[in-house]
Amino acid sequence: MTEPLLQIQGLSRSFHVGGFRSRGVLHAVDEVNFDVNAGEIVALVGESGSGKSTIARVLAGIYRPSNGSIIFEGRPLTNRSNRSARGQMPMVFQDPFGSFNPVLRAAHGLLRSLALHCPELNAAQRKNEAVRLLEKVGLSPGADVLTRYPHELSGGQRQRLGFAQALSSHPSLIVADEPVSMLDVSIRIGLLNVMKELRDDEGVSMLYITHDLASARYVADRMVVLYAGMIVEEGRIDEVIRSPQHPYTRLLMATAPDPRLAPSDLGSDDLGEPPKVINPGPGCRFAPRCPLVSERCLVATPAMVQITPTQRAACIEAKAE
Amino acid sequence: MKSFAKAWAILGHVLHFIRRDKKAAVGAAILFLLLVVSVFPSWFMPDNPSAEVFTPGFGVSWSHLLGTTSYGQDIFSQLIAGTRQSVTIALLVGFFSTVLSVVIGISAAYLGGWADNSLSMFTDVVLVIPTFPLIIVITSYVRNAGFWLLIFVLVMTGWSYGARQLRVQALSLRNRDYLLAARARGESSLYVIFFELIPPMTSLIVANFLGAALYAVLTAAGLQFVGLGNIQAQSWGTMLYWAQNNAALGTGMALWALAPGAAIALLGTAFALLNYAFDEIGNPALRPVRVDSKTKKRMVRS
Amino acid sequence: MNAPILSVRNLTVEYTTPAGAARAINDVSFDLAEGEFLAIVGESGCGKSTLLFAIAQLLSYPAETVAGSVFFKGVDLVSLSAEDLRRHRWRDISVVMQSAMNAFNPILTIEAQLADACRAHTDWNGKKIAARSAEVLGMVAIDAVHLKSYPFQLSGGMRQRAMIAMALLLEPKLVIMDEPTSALDVVAQRSLMRQVQTLRHELGFAVLFVTHDMSVVSHFSDRLAVMYAGEVVELGATRGVFDHPQHPYSQGLMDAFPSLVGDYRQLTGIPGAPPSLIAPPPGCHFADRCPCVFDECRVTKPDLIDKDGYEVRCHLVHRKANS
Repeated sequence: MTEPLLQIQGLSRSFHVGGFRSRGVLHAVDEVNFDVNAGEIVALVGESGSGKSTIARVLAGIYRPSNGSIIFEGRPLTNRSNRSARGQMPMVFQDPFGSFNPVLRAAHGLLRSLALHCPELNAAQRKNEAVRLLEKVGLSPGADVLTRYPHELSGGQRQRLGFAQALSSHPSLIVADEPVSMLDVSIRIGLLNVMKELRDDEGVSMLYITHDLASARYVADRMVVLYAGMIVEEGRIDEVIRSPQHPYTRLLMATAPDPRLAPSDLGSDDLGEPPKVINPGPGCRFAPRCPLVSERCLVATPAMVQITPTQRAACIEAKAE
Repeated sequence: MKSFAKAWAILGHVLHFIRRDKKAAVGAAILFLLLVVSVFPSWFMPDNPSAEVFTPGFGVSWSHLLGTTSYGQDIFSQLIAGTRQSVTIALLVGFFSTVLSVVIGISAAYLGGWADNSLSMFTDVVLVIPTFPLIIVITSYVRNAGFWLLIFVLVMTGWSYGARQLRVQALSLRNRDYLLAARARGESSLYVIFFELIPPMTSLIVANFLGAALYAVLTAAGLQFVGLGNIQAQSWGTMLYWAQNNAALGTGMALWALAPGAAIALLGTAFALLNYAFDEIGNPALRPVRVDSKTKKRMVRS
Repeated sequence: MNAPILSVRNLTVEYTTPAGAARAINDVSFDLAEGEFLAIVGESGCGKSTLLFAIAQLLSYPAETVAGSVFFKGVDLVSLSAEDLRRHRWRDISVVMQSAMNAFNPILTIEAQLADACRAHTDWNGKKIAARSAEVLGMVAIDAVHLKSYPFQLSGGMRQRAMIAMALLLEPKLVIMDEPTSALDVVAQRSLMRQVQTLRHELGFAVLFVTHDMSVVSHFSDRLAVMYAGEVVELGATRGVFDHPQHPYSQGLMDAFPSLVGDYRQLTGIPGAPPSLIAPPPGCHFADRCPCVFDECRVTKPDLIDKDGYEVRCHLVHRKANS
């Protein structure tokens, strides 16, 4: 059994909120454990307040973990201020409009990234490599794109450029933070297909952060469901979709908009209020909204129950198969 | 050699923009004219500006385009001679004051935390100090209040407003994804500040420069008007001083006061008009749509 | 058959740009019956938001209505003066904006904003305003204690529901909604749509709903209009459009949704981009991206032809219908 590419162990990140006197602690991420293997796409699914964006930023080196460790390619990621370490897990951002400097050419970041991570190339070689990467993500002619400014490219093109930039450091893992949420529906599929190709042809793993279950099903091999900073369910994509074990996962499945599915009654009373993560009390964080809640749920955080060898859920009602 | 070529390219770029925008072209033309006058005043001066040889109080005529002062000096020559000091003060104070504003304001925004708190507090203190009385006190205490002391004092009192403005804009840009993206790909903080944060702020920095330059011109003129600085030097401000002392407006030599006033306004207008071009440089989306030279099609989303 | 409450006829809106006039919506016509829920879907740049603002008479320079009429209960809103329009606003037609955080005044309490709306359009006294405010908040399942809250103190879903409450203050006959769900998570989205549904059944108002995400309205709207590059390309009963889309664009769009059920399928989306609205192509706007394009498509623009209450703008569909 080969070692996983990325191992996240006991990762926690909290923020102090309120003024000087306030004791409020926001538990954005709490004791999160999961792995990403080589050549697979793992979907990190959650809504606002789930902690998925915080995890992305910790991986990108923008935040330091409050606790826990991250082991990448067998080595712990401790010194995040090391510049060359930054290219190892490049990130693709959500906003195609904000992730490019409007006064610089769109490919500026790509060329800089090549300069930083491939120092053996000279300027002409960097240009050729940039064109090659652009065409790999479907932007052609690549030479033409090198001359464009960001406002001269469409949202879909910019996101593809984001992936080209991520590829410039020859990474084994790309963190994609909701890369298609701000794109039109007809453009999303193109980008999701690019992600699949990168996994199949280049063997690049991805952590695909999203709130959209259907797109997760389309590209991902495994899925991790987050709620209020904790993992509530994890498993192979077809397993979790076919038989979700945690009530929150079931709620997500039931409310996911799908034109082919008639709306179910599950969760019809749920108003969609975000979870409470500031100074949370003991017990399961989903308890206030859970249809299966009982007294035992309020006592302690439920432990992970292994349903199948590949699926687990953090709910006392979940049963091993 | 390569950086010289790059600098030349940037200059060409800037001139290209100024040519495109009519308002900026007018502003640039005015400024260019005033620069020429300040560098080569002898080309334009018909007489020695300080020579008190002509008939005092002479009105407008072909030999004295703006008339003469009550000391018999040619007003037009004085106006030309005074250009150099006023333009120099404007450009020098504008430049140094902008450098200070950029360094302090943007560092405060980027560093955040206690560095931001202390720099901001410092900026605010300097900002609320009443500048005019301070300048008067300083320059009246120092003997031979020279040109460079004037520049120093104007810079020290003029940078704080711009620093606040730039800090605010830098704060709003600081959390943009593209800065995060630059850090995430491994750029150093210095690189991010100079090559990713400052370029989108160009138009505000240039506007700051133009504003500081205007502030310098007006404040220096004001100081010279109340008799500070070297009243024997040739400048628009000292012209106002002498005109006021001789009741020019009331005794038919109105141009002695109005001409330097109009010149100051002209310089200010030039700076304001130039500002229009820099808005476009700072924000490429405001530029006119480019046309692809090969296909003649508009280079918009495709 | 009752007369339609809203009748849009040949509405055309242009934006003045330095490069020329961009025709954001071109010759749009449709009817809205009393109590009906019509969804307008399309991607960015299709003109759906412009259409909404044009109907609500909220356009301002550089946008301008250059042709057409918007008949509300027989009165053409386009031709009304600002003063006359004010009498219709909020009493007959109200608007729910996309982002409640932007639409609410951040420094006023919810109470103050609801009262402001009441005072602008009625002569109710303070007691009646307070009572009605509490009543509308109750309709959207918000506790009346939140009257004293500021917008930032409410969650996203609550803010959006408060916006709907404000829109219902004067029991209008038509509520226009501009992407009210796009800033919400899926659970809150579903909850909001259900709320709108329930309120419609109780109060009987018509809804004009604009969104880029058609799956949100797929089970709530009566009819669906698909817009592309400023024109309506398909308009019919919602289930009809979803289950049997006729226009190639609608077909491509329906196909671009990955699904949670059924077998796994490789999808392709619709490659390409919409045409320029400043210099649109002479024929069908979708010709460049259409998989079924033929010669006539690039030359003549197809008309929106009505067949048994189902309208499609496509030469291929017209040909098949006539043969």
